[in-house]
Amino acid sequence: MNLWSRRDFLAWSSKAGLAGACAGPLLTGGLAGLLSGCKTAEIAADFGRAAGVLDEQQAQSVARVGTAIGRSFEDITPEQEYYIGRTVGATILGSYKPYADQGANAYVNLVGTMVSLSSDMPETFGGYHFLILDSDEINAFAAPGGLIFITRGMLRCCVSEDAVAAVLAHEVGHIQHHHGIQTIQRARLTSAFTILAAEGARTLGGADLAQLTDIFEESVSDVVNTLAVNGYSRTAEREADRAAAVILDRAGYDSAALVSMLEVMDTKLTPGGPDFARTHPSPASRIRDIRPALPAVRASDPALRQQRFLAALPRI
Amino acid sequence: MSRMMSVQVQTGQLRSSPSFLAGIVGEVAYARQVQVLEERAGWARVAVPGTSLAGWMHGSALSSKRIVLQAGAEDVERAATTGEIALAGKGFSEEVEREFRSRNPNLDFRRIDQMQASAPTMAQIRRFAQEGQLRLA
Repeated sequence: MNLWSRRDFLAWSSKAGLAGACAGPLLTGGLAGLLSGCKTAEIAADFGRAAGVLDEQQAQSVARVGTAIGRSFEDITPEQEYYIGRTVGATILGSYKPYADQGANAYVNLVGTMVSLSSDMPETFGGYHFLILDSDEINAFAAPGGLIFITRGMLRCCVSEDAVAAVLAHEVGHIQHHHGIQTIQRARLTSAFTILAAEGARTLGGADLAQLTDIFEESVSDVVNTLAVNGYSRTAEREADRAAAVILDRAGYDSAALVSMLEVMDTKLTPGGPDFARTHPSPASRIRDIRPALPAVRASDPALRQQRFLAALPRI
Repeated sequence: MSRMMSVQVQTGQLRSSPSFLAGIVGEVAYARQVQVLEERAGWARVAVPGTSLAGWMHGSALSSKRIVLQAGAEDVERAATTGEIALAGKGFSEEVEREFRSRNPNLDFRRIDQMQASAPTMAQIRRFAQEGQLRLA
């Protein structure tokens, strides 16, 4: 059973969205909304002071965190990306069952680690990890920080180890370009940084923690929404495919396997279907985009790679 | 003076040469500052001040921002105004995940923990690369 229906997801995400608020820790009521709409925190501080909502010390704190406004995904540390990724992953596993075959998962982890080490970002806070999902859907997800999920349906589109490497390299490409965390709405990050900057070194207080967790939940929702429902932009997909071609080439895999894999996928995907077709450009258009970036000479695809591919995924 | 960088991964690994094929000669904890001695093709040879540890780390494991584990008031002020300091454990942190999990007890993080705990060893990866006629960076 596919638990990840669009309806289920929307129910989950709307719950997460309802929980949220954009507010700094020193702000209450209407002023919280004002700050999220203001260009600078100084305006909010002046307003708060004049309105008598904030005392002088609080107003100065808000003014000090002015630079929190305008912070973007680039200011999210790898450690924070790691925690977002873990929860994105747990959410995906709320809808898909892991595939229990340990040998198949160990193989996918070897191929995945090989390609991740050839990426521009071989090291992430918690490292790259790969898991097969027990689903006939054709799909793959990259949670921020390096957790990558691939369905059995997607693996069935792969006729060689090089094709498996191509799918995983595409997902590593999304992680390397931070595509996941870029989908988090900027207002959420502004709110999070505002809380952090004003909150300081002490342990988060109850209200701060609750607000930050609201923002965290909404941020995770933004990412999962993109991965499972809306998909990335065409530009992001093209970037991930280009990254994949470079990664495959560096690792010694045949980068043209990306095209072979897309050709198989094209024959298996149902247009407008509930999986990869909904969240990705058509395989034909991706082939058109990536073909010019591929080297003229194909890398070798030794028989031993094919043997271990067939041995590792016999029941996929 | 050579520049300082911070380890921005959970466990930083020092290697004997600038390659994932090279042996691991030591580990450096998250947020530790290291001195960059030399840079080559995306790798940095670093020394860990106060220890005899030195080795090569991939550039993606290092940040030019100073990462502070226990910040004093001045550090916090600086972080708030310049963005130069990342406060480790702040923001979307273990604490926030714990709060999120208490709100969403139906979400199962055990499989995520298992997923993160199981990774091939470097020896397995090297053998896998060799047998498959693949290259390691």
